[in-house]
Amino acid sequence: MIVAERKPIDEIIGFVKDYNKILLVGCNECVTVCYAGGKKEVAILASALKMAFKKEGKELEVKEVTLERQCDHEYLEELRGFIDQYDAVISLACGVGVQFMAEQYFSMPVFPGLNTSFMGGAEESGVWSERCQGCGQCILGQTAGICPISRCAKRLLNGPCGGSTKGKCEINKDLDCAWQLIIDRLKELGRLDDYEKIIPIKDWSTERAGGPRKVIREDVRL
Amino acid sequence: MSTKTPSRLEKILDAGHLAVTSECGPPRGSDLEVITKKADMIKDYVDAINITDNQTSVTRLCSLAACIHLKMMGIESTLQMVTRDRNRIALQSDILGAASFDIHNILCLSGDHQQFGDCPQGQNVFDIDSMQLIQTVKLMRDQGKFLGGDDIDRPPQMFIGAAANPFADPFEIRVPRLAKKIAAGVEFIQTQCIYNLDKFELWMEQARDRGLHEKVYILAGVTPFKSAGMAKYMKNRVPGMDVPDEVVKRMSGVAKEKQPEEGINICVESIQRLKEVEGVRGFHIMAIEWENKVPEIVERSGLYPRPDIG
Repeated sequence: MIVAERKPIDEIIGFVKDYNKILLVGCNECVTVCYAGGKKEVAILASALKMAFKKEGKELEVKEVTLERQCDHEYLEELRGFIDQYDAVISLACGVGVQFMAEQYFSMPVFPGLNTSFMGGAEESGVWSERCQGCGQCILGQTAGICPISRCAKRLLNGPCGGSTKGKCEINKDLDCAWQLIIDRLKELGRLDDYEKIIPIKDWSTERAGGPRKVIREDVRL
Repeated sequence: MSTKTPSRLEKILDAGHLAVTSECGPPRGSDLEVITKKADMIKDYVDAINITDNQTSVTRLCSLAACIHLKMMGIESTLQMVTRDRNRIALQSDILGAASFDIHNILCLSGDHQQFGDCPQGQNVFDIDSMQLIQTVKLMRDQGKFLGGDDIDRPPQMFIGAAANPFADPFEIRVPRLAKKIAAGVEFIQTQCIYNLDKFELWMEQARDRGLHEKVYILAGVTPFKSAGMAKYMKNRVPGMDVPDEVVKRMSGVAKEKQPEEGINICVESIQRLKEVEGVRGFHIMAIEWENKVPEIVERSGLYPRPDIG
């Protein structure tokens, strides 16, 4: 899923301080699962904003809505009937949802309420970590199912570097060395010899380097 | 092995001499004298001088420019090149730039993470890694090709080096990793600073078991401690460094003013012991901001005078 964190309240207040009526929109997908932008977080942010305005002697009207998804025009369309009644929108979706919102409601100011962190999962309750950078050419088959692009601080395809110490990364003692994990798993799979296969220079054109990406599937187009 | 390049370092190794290399860090400014003074101090005691490439990710005068200055002084240098800061276009371009000045040694590295340096908020590149940089230089040199497949007019002639850290984890892949670098095309290795000689000897033994010592020239890395504080710092703070307790104790056991001398003693003793290790073909003396001690270390270790091979 896409993992996100809420922006500091002061930054959000800065976006909307000159408005009187705002629409606060949550998203029922990833950001609900990671407790950043679901219905509950929408309610908490609405209260916090109203209180902050009150402290300044101002009144803020906040309409709370949580959509099934914000990365889908169909669900965003549900706002069509009443969005005009508000001065601005704060979207508690990931960066994708915020942009879809801005595209769909072209004349409406739209602000992000979250910082989108990464694609990852919950290691345990309250702890999320990165697993994928969407490079567009998955190499997990060569690296025992552990991604050095997203999990090695130097994204080394032929690691580990000389800074790997006791299974941890040189940049942070709490961070697992991805190559230690790869080697451990290769061993478990009885494939340690594969370590000596040199992974060739990567074609990064399927990654961000190749420009904004698009997937087109003719078979499912209308 | 026979020589593939005009590198003097390669010729010395090929002739069977124990090679001696050292390194200089370029200045944090554009004052040329900082580097030329250091180089002048040690030039008669070493076969080539590595110029570090923004080591520990602290911005400095570039390695290539410093190598060119050394070249103009008639000193052979080894261009250190990290993949952290440049993509494959810039790396190949700098290799050609170095080749145009007939710089004949290169050390292929990934580089420390930028978090350790003066620009922790900067982006890193890592378009390729050190293993792939070795392959790149080899392709450019031996096949006269760019990575893109086009021909190079006057290809680089570089003796290809890389680092090896016998002390990083996991230990079990440290020799396979060396084998991997050899398969990529590396011709000489400069190791991480050796303080744990037992562990180094075990690594060399495993390398010999696979015959790797005959496929690559291994230069053992040594760094003298200036003080007990430095020994403790290296032990506790520098990633991938293995400083045994006995060494720290030995440094701490002498009076503060005697510690530099003790550090040099330890370094010379290490070299003497490492000379006996089969497969060690020379030494890389990294006297960090202490270059003036290199001549003494080389002399006391019986590595002076340097062979006269042009």
